[in-house]
Amino acid sequence: MSRIKTTFDQLKQQGKKALVPYITAGDPHPDLTVKLLHAMVANGADMIELGVPFSDPMADGPVIQRASERALVHHVGLSRVLEMVREFRQQDNVTPIILMGYANPVEAMGQEKFSDRAQVAGVDGVLTVDYPPEECKEFTALLQARGIDPIFLLSPTTEPARVEVIVNQASGFVYYVSLKGVTGAKNLDIEEVAQKVAEIRTLTDLPVGVGFGVRDAATATAVAAIGDAVVVGSRMVQAVEQSNDQNLVDNVAALMKELRIAVDAA
Amino acid sequence: MQLYDMPDDRGHFGPYGGIFVAETLVEALEELRVMYERFRHDPEFLAEFAHDLKYFVGRPSPIYYAKRWSERVGGARIYLKREDLNHTGAHKVNNTVGQALLAKRMGKPRVIAETGAGQHGVATATIAARMGLECVVYMGSEDVKRQAPNVYRMKLLGATVVPVESGSKTLKDALNEAMRDWVTNISNTFYIIGTVAGPHPYPMMVRDFQAVIGVEAKQQMQEMIGRQPDAVVACVGGGSNAMGIFYPYINEENVRLIGVEAAGLGLATGKHAAPLTANSSVGVLHGNRTYLMQDEDGQIIETHSISAGLDYPGVGPEHAWLKDSKRAEYVAITDDEAMAAFHSLCRTEGIIPALESSHALAYAEKMAATMSPDQVILVNLSGRGDKDINTVAGLSGITL
Repeated sequence: MSRIKTTFDQLKQQGKKALVPYITAGDPHPDLTVKLLHAMVANGADMIELGVPFSDPMADGPVIQRASERALVHHVGLSRVLEMVREFRQQDNVTPIILMGYANPVEAMGQEKFSDRAQVAGVDGVLTVDYPPEECKEFTALLQARGIDPIFLLSPTTEPARVEVIVNQASGFVYYVSLKGVTGAKNLDIEEVAQKVAEIRTLTDLPVGVGFGVRDAATATAVAAIGDAVVVGSRMVQAVEQSNDQNLVDNVAALMKELRIAVDAA
Repeated sequence: MQLYDMPDDRGHFGPYGGIFVAETLVEALEELRVMYERFRHDPEFLAEFAHDLKYFVGRPSPIYYAKRWSERVGGARIYLKREDLNHTGAHKVNNTVGQALLAKRMGKPRVIAETGAGQHGVATATIAARMGLECVVYMGSEDVKRQAPNVYRMKLLGATVVPVESGSKTLKDALNEAMRDWVTNISNTFYIIGTVAGPHPYPMMVRDFQAVIGVEAKQQMQEMIGRQPDAVVACVGGGSNAMGIFYPYINEENVRLIGVEAAGLGLATGKHAAPLTANSSVGVLHGNRTYLMQDEDGQIIETHSISAGLDYPGVGPEHAWLKDSKRAEYVAITDDEAMAAFHSLCRTEGIIPALESSHALAYAEKMAATMSPDQVILVNLSGRGDKDINTVAGLSGITL
């Protein structure tokens, strides 16, 4: 059984929702990433989304774009990210790691070679932002054959018929993008999110994660009441951006603690 | 020969093209695909498009026999399809007229565009002004500095120009930013992409709107020389002017189709924008699969060309397909070769060509010299060079 399913099952038994922070691998420096991953787990993260830096992050807002740029200064590519996961696994064999990134680095490595290496490194899920299900059937099969869950986005504009197509190809969980726009945009409408997530639940038994607009403790609590997982991206990356090498780990840990309390308050 | 019938219904040209976008854009592209399917054969829509091309753009553009230049080069006779004579000075406007008519029918009051050199931005701002649409143009901040006259033109036409500070601050980053705007403002916004790239249906739709170039050329060549040319030559950045003139010729087996990319400082230096000629690897960028200039990690690398309009790391997926299927040939011309052809055409024919088009001219020159005077080359002179005079003067150490 995949670590993602195990984690969701355990949380369900405890009556808790999953807290899923996102950081970009290599931001602000590749030597700090694994340390940050452990610190997030120690302070309340149930799973981690680890961003793979890309030169042209079309679906991301300015905060995560800058994180990619900082990581790329150190030439952090997909191979280096997989090494980080392997290093993380030496001390943590429980917490699921989901790689989130764009198609081109995967294509450059080769879909099969990437799938093999991700399995060896200990990756649990892969979310490729610009691979809609129709364009990645073979890739999905390669991942699932290796016990890796393909994670797909659902958006406010995804029609029910299409939700069905997507959930049939997905495993692990599905990720509902809670607003129209790029990562970190404003004005998340909780009522609309609740309605859409309810609709998604009629079409799948997979857990539903919600993200793309969770900015503070209040929205985290509100979203946790609706979804099975709360994904916090730009707010985490902002904490990284606003820290220096001395207070980085402490700041990220403090934010995790705050979000953990908020999610558990739902 | 089997009739050419590309792309498939999800925009694939063989292994290239497709729809590689985040889920947040899928419905918007589906809406566009459905609307375009409805209107692409609609007599009323096509009549309005033809009317605007004739009375607003000034079509048909003539074909001109460059007699003095041909004689100077020696060899084949060279004819020029004069897209430089269009309103706004380049082929770009054909496509913006078509997409703006579609935007109007879809009830979208706001259009956005990306631009590199500013030609597509100016063409979009122009049609937006004429049709009363709000217009926002994204332009890399480096390009804003290099293309100040076009930035001012767009402002005169009532458009808002947004300088893009992310990434390499050039065309590809402007495209990223326009996509981000679109995904945020999907309900009221139409994204007018300027080239035969992007997710389906853009490569097909832009090709269809530009195909007027080749359709006219076939008729004009028949009238002028009683047959079709031996070769059609066009420059390729994203590749819209080339697709526009190639497409109606694809089933004409005896006509060679030659796309000319920017070799920049030379293919061997790595400082170029010629993914097809350099046999770059295949990848996914800006919504489609195609040949891309990238490093071993799959990061898109910075390109170089003297011509901002060719300075793009990818290429339209249909060109990738035409290369693999060998229906078209792709070659590259350096900055220096393009500059020499630029000056040569200015002095012998009294035509100042765009630096982009100068790449096609330079290759035609090379090719003509190996051919005989009973053979004919048709070059798509995609734009005029007035926009480039600062760049050219700068190369001679002159500040205007």
